[in-house]
Amino acid sequence: MSANIETLDPQKDSSMLMQKEMINSNYDALTDTANNGKKVCSTFVPGNLNELIQSFGMLNNLPETNAIQNAMRQQSGGMIQSAERMGHSEDVCTYVKADIGMMSKGNIAPNGKPMPNPDLLLLSYTGCFTFMKWFELLRQEYKCPTVMLQVPYQGDGEVTQNMRDFVVKQLKEEVIPALEQVSGNKFDIDALREQMRRSAQAEDDLVWVLESAKNKPSPIDAYFGAIYYLGPMFTAFRGTQQAVDYYKVLRQEIEQRIKNGQGPITPGGSMGKEKYRIVMEGPPNWTNFREFWKMFYDEGAVVVASTYTKVGGVYDQGFRHDADNPLESLADYCLGCYTNRNLPKRVDMLEKYVKDYEADGLLINSIKSCNSFSAGQLMMMQEIEKRTGVPGAFVETDLVDPRYFSAANVKNRLESYFQMIEQRRQGQSNMIASAR
Amino acid sequence: MSTVDIIKRCEELYEDTYFTAAREWKAADPSRKVIGYMPVYVPREIMHAGNMMSLGILGGGDNLEVIHGDAYYQSYICRIPRSTIELGKTGRLDFVDGMLFPSICDVIRNLSGMWKLMFPETYVRYFDVPQNYQDDIGGNYYVAELQELREGLEKLSGNKITDEAIRNSIQIYNINRNLIRELYDLRSEMPHNVSSNDVYLLNRAGMVIPVEEHNEMLRDYMDAAMRLDNPKRDNCRIIINGSFCEQPPLNLIRSIELAGCYIVDDDYMLVNRWLLNEVPSEGNPLQNLADAFIHESADSAAKYCDRHEDVGMYLLGTVKERQAEGVIFAAPSFCDPALLERPMLTDRMKEHDIPHISFKYAENSGQMQPIREQAGTFADSIKLWS
Repeated sequence: MSANIETLDPQKDSSMLMQKEMINSNYDALTDTANNGKKVCSTFVPGNLNELIQSFGMLNNLPETNAIQNAMRQQSGGMIQSAERMGHSEDVCTYVKADIGMMSKGNIAPNGKPMPNPDLLLLSYTGCFTFMKWFELLRQEYKCPTVMLQVPYQGDGEVTQNMRDFVVKQLKEEVIPALEQVSGNKFDIDALREQMRRSAQAEDDLVWVLESAKNKPSPIDAYFGAIYYLGPMFTAFRGTQQAVDYYKVLRQEIEQRIKNGQGPITPGGSMGKEKYRIVMEGPPNWTNFREFWKMFYDEGAVVVASTYTKVGGVYDQGFRHDADNPLESLADYCLGCYTNRNLPKRVDMLEKYVKDYEADGLLINSIKSCNSFSAGQLMMMQEIEKRTGVPGAFVETDLVDPRYFSAANVKNRLESYFQMIEQRRQGQSNMIASAR
Repeated sequence: MSTVDIIKRCEELYEDTYFTAAREWKAADPSRKVIGYMPVYVPREIMHAGNMMSLGILGGGDNLEVIHGDAYYQSYICRIPRSTIELGKTGRLDFVDGMLFPSICDVIRNLSGMWKLMFPETYVRYFDVPQNYQDDIGGNYYVAELQELREGLEKLSGNKITDEAIRNSIQIYNINRNLIRELYDLRSEMPHNVSSNDVYLLNRAGMVIPVEEHNEMLRDYMDAAMRLDNPKRDNCRIIINGSFCEQPPLNLIRSIELAGCYIVDDDYMLVNRWLLNEVPSEGNPLQNLADAFIHESADSAAKYCDRHEDVGMYLLGTVKERQAEGVIFAAPSFCDPALLERPMLTDRMKEHDIPHISFKYAENSGQMQPIREQAGTFADSIKLWS
């Protein structure tokens, strides 16, 4: 999950430039494997074992982020239709179809150069059924080694020792041997530990940044803006010194914004008065990302907490990568990713966010082609309304298929929702005034 | 009893969304419990060993009006979770003591969590299965999962589920699986005497009555069917693939037959045939069930295929075994497993020049004419050009 837009604010923050540079550098490395000789491992954002991949000197390619990049460049629509013409159903995940369509159009990276074929598909089967079949489909195309890491679902809302042992055993006996074979390097647990120590440092700063949204006004947008913040953490940089440096710089910038009493940076400049504090559930739409974001900041709405920013790892509930128990910790990381948690736990998390971040409401962006997130969201909304008393709202879009973003429809709903929050607020003020 | 009488009973069971037979079974003995389960597979032996009946929940079908269920789902989610919630919310499952949600897809996975929120007093378990087929990795994980299931059911019932009891149950379910295999073989051999309508209803009956009664029913039906002498039709032999979870309306199956096809194999209700061979009934029963799952179980889109060269080979093997002339890929709308896997399976069919068509349905699809036309054209094309 990473985004790379050309301009956010005229006075570009250093962190933005750093983030852009990092994401670009990974694509540059991926498209230069003929020269740099590195091997490429494709994997998924949930359950992204970046530290392990990096410890073998391999490059990390994330097809989901490729789909996002294509969507933000308005190219995913054509790719999806290409995949549908090849026989892929209109009902299935558009990340998959964008990826397959991208292949059919030459597999061109954002830097305009062709992506290499992966040397290994690391099927981190975490929190999403579609991942399983996605990589079976890619295996058919690339004819490369594929290794499955099954991460059991937290059906009862907890991680059991059986689950942990199962993941660790697969790491030891399936994943690491596969990485050794493909990379030609022996497993170096010390290199892994070093990566994980750095991960933990970066995670501390990231969590600080995310929790800065408890301030009023919030100095960050914890959904749209946070997509950029999460880029390094969720992609090829968690565990690297670059990520440590990035999150340090980001934290300093946010500290300054708090001192200055500033709201978040948006594509339209610094946000004006904060009027509505919203918790978001569900992935963003990528094809109309800026347009969608504008619908919020134009109304003075800032997202103070979101669950999508936990899809590649949940760090704000206490988890840190633990270099002293590396494989167990990697297992816990995978098991704890947001979409691997059961629905009651997801509701608990949303409830905590609404309360801790003093939100005015819960907004769900329900994604047509993502059953992992979407199935059950209507019940989640009802539960949160019941438990917290804040109103919920529901819009429907898609990840990367532009056919499923109806701007007028979404804007209409959002405007009505914010008006409703305003009216409730006025109603409550009137009641308090009358009581006096 | 004639096949007609037996199938009439099966139809009554199929149409009964209050599960009267299961209610009566439970009411006859206060120590009994009923555990509902969804597709694709659960180890029913463990429930049986605990004096519990396993009740197959396959949604509400085409006669159940869904009102409550639709309030919980967006338009782009399949129908089986909606109608299942409808069954729950309208009291049709009020006698069910527990629900198992096997790992099949994210919709059913998330439904397990929804069920916990809606019915907090019910025992609810998401039943995970291994996608790693090494005995000491996936096998060990699965044995521990089976043990957790056993312990959960023991707590629910207040009784121990002994190894001996599970071994006994394995024997009874071995008989059931053998009978189902025999039924499928019989249909393949004499589809003019054993219609897919009948096979389907017999399978559905097995979801809602005790396994002992189902065993008798199967035996009686097959004995009667073998005595029939129905005229043979010039139908094409086809296999249905993709219908392992949300079920098609019965009329859809009938329509395909009326259109000129003999369905000689299918993947409806895989739980009845998931374990392909006899499970040993000596030794550690959980280990035996795990070994059978890991090494001798059917294929479905909900399962990981760990070798590319094996993708589609189970289906191909079935085509050859049943001397099928074509495959109909019939998946529910929005079904991630079936629809994601379909391109790989169709590629395999193309590689081996096996004619195939695809369409989607919902459990309450009402328009059968397009299905008849499509299946009929398919059957004609096979007869003309294959």
